Amino acid sequence: MDDYTASSLTSGAHQKRMAEVVAHIIFTVCAFFAVLAVISITLYMIANGTPALFKVGIKDILFSTLWKPTAAEPSFGILYVILTSVIGTFMAILLGVPIGLLTAVFLAEVAPKRLTAVVKPAVELLAGIPSVIYGLLGLMILNPLMYRWEKALFRGSETHQFTGGANLISAVLVLAIMILPTVINISESSLKAVSPQLKAASLALGASHVQTIFKVMIPAAKSGIMTAVVLGVGRAIGEAMAISLVSGSSVNLPLPFNSVRFLTTAIVSEMGYASGLHRQVLFTIGLVLFVFIMLINVILNGILKKGEDGND
Amino acid sequence: MTRKMKDRLVLALIYLAAFFSVILLMVIILYVFIKGVPSVSWEFLTTVTSALKGTTGIAGNIVNTLYIVVLTLLIATPIGIGSAIYLNEYAKPGRIVRLIEFTTETLSGIPSIIFGLFGMVFFGTTLNLGYSILTGALTLTLMILPLITRNTQEALKTVPDSYRSGAVGMGATRWYMIRTILLPSAMPGILTGVILAVGRIVGESAALLFTAGSGYLLPKGGAGLLHKIMESGGTLTIQLYLSMSKAQYDVAFGIATVLLCIVLGINFLTKYLTKKLIH
Repeated sequence: MDDYTASSLTSGAHQKRMAEVVAHIIFTVCAFFAVLAVISITLYMIANGTPALFKVGIKDILFSTLWKPTAAEPSFGILYVILTSVIGTFMAILLGVPIGLLTAVFLAEVAPKRLTAVVKPAVELLAGIPSVIYGLLGLMILNPLMYRWEKALFRGSETHQFTGGANLISAVLVLAIMILPTVINISESSLKAVSPQLKAASLALGASHVQTIFKVMIPAAKSGIMTAVVLGVGRAIGEAMAISLVSGSSVNLPLPFNSVRFLTTAIVSEMGYASGLHRQVLFTIGLVLFVFIMLINVILNGILKKGEDGND
Repeated sequence: MTRKMKDRLVLALIYLAAFFSVILLMVIILYVFIKGVPSVSWEFLTTVTSALKGTTGIAGNIVNTLYIVVLTLLIATPIGIGSAIYLNEYAKPGRIVRLIEFTTETLSGIPSIIFGLFGMVFFGTTLNLGYSILTGALTLTLMILPLITRNTQEALKTVPDSYRSGAVGMGATRWYMIRTILLPSAMPGILTGVILAVGRIVGESAALLFTAGSGYLLPKGGAGLLHKIMESGGTLTIQLYLSMSKAQYDVAFGIATVLLCIVLGINFLTKYLTKKLIH
């Protein structure tokens, strides 16, 4: 009652209160935009990705290796595509994480200020380079190199299909380079967050600096480093344009010198001309990728929560 | 091996790893510039590729990139800032905030090719916008939203609480306080987020291939300028990808050179702003 009389006395106050309410509502709506986006993306991916699963059969898509989408009697097995993404990502992590972690150690612990001023901006710039440029360089630098190796390795082989260097290794190298900035930045900040007492205690006990880093600090920064690895996995499995031309153009078992197709590159290279069931299967591939990403998110959330509990 | 030798070996490996990044960056920049600079000319930057006139140029792609950057920022910046204001200034910590922060986090982890698929069916087909710059911009809005929200949140967090209590104590309403005290103080941080978003948009390709399409023509003057947002338009990255697929490497490296210059420029700009933020 009081509120009502107060605001009706002066229209200025009334307007002010209106503005307050409207602002509050607008900001709330903005905040729920992200929730709405994630829900719609999830629903759309499921709605567009599942029809093919039922039309072709779950077994014939997910567990068959024969990919002939445009044949008279088409076959839509994507097992090799899934395997390529899983194995390619795994290999990229195997290569990229050690280099990234050592670089993070360098930045957090070892580097003199002068060198930090060189390495850190370099890492930042690497993160900003568009993925198509990585693809272009992979195509122009890595592929010819791989072709030379291929020719040497498979000379006289009758079963090997020559790829011109566009193979799994080239793609893995590009991915390993592309996850470096993610791995470096997150590992570095988690190493920097390790309590100085822990480090001092280890040094006081007579451990060398290097021993302290590897036996005390890295174990203490474990959850941060795990986060870095998981985010690296997410980046690698989701990368499309950089590896689309570098990895070759046919669906094969992911062996190092085979031309391969990833989940992402299958979508990029075929969506342009696909129609009908073929197009629906490409959405199923998108759904598989989406499921992988959501799994990664759940794992990430688990790590972060555990980290928080550990700190409390 | 003695401990000292072992330590030295490990240190050497650490240095090696760190210099790998630096050398890699130098190789990338040098290689692109050496191969690309000869292709970059006034004609390359200001004309459209045309068999009739015999020109090879990327003016249309530059204009498309500008359109997409501006349009995406126009949509995403207000939403991102609004979301951050809600999270920081209005919401009480609890389930809802956790949900919004979790979805924002999820959104930033979704690969751009998924955004591309979603944008193609939702904006392109369901909303019937087709392959157009608007479809591309709406798709990218979802992608850069987390970036802007998070940067604004960080910026708002650095504004001391005494500013808030001071303003409220003097009788300012919440919205008035946000408008006149918080947003101006947080402006450099917000701006940093926006510039980082420009970098993401300029470098993005997978989310645009099936949403904005690959048109490379310049908009027609007058009403055509506005109508352009409903037409297909390939950005620089898309044109780079297409040139690369067609083995037109001169054009590809020319575009790569232009892109690298933009990336370097954006990097210096954020550096400058961050420095200003600290002082």
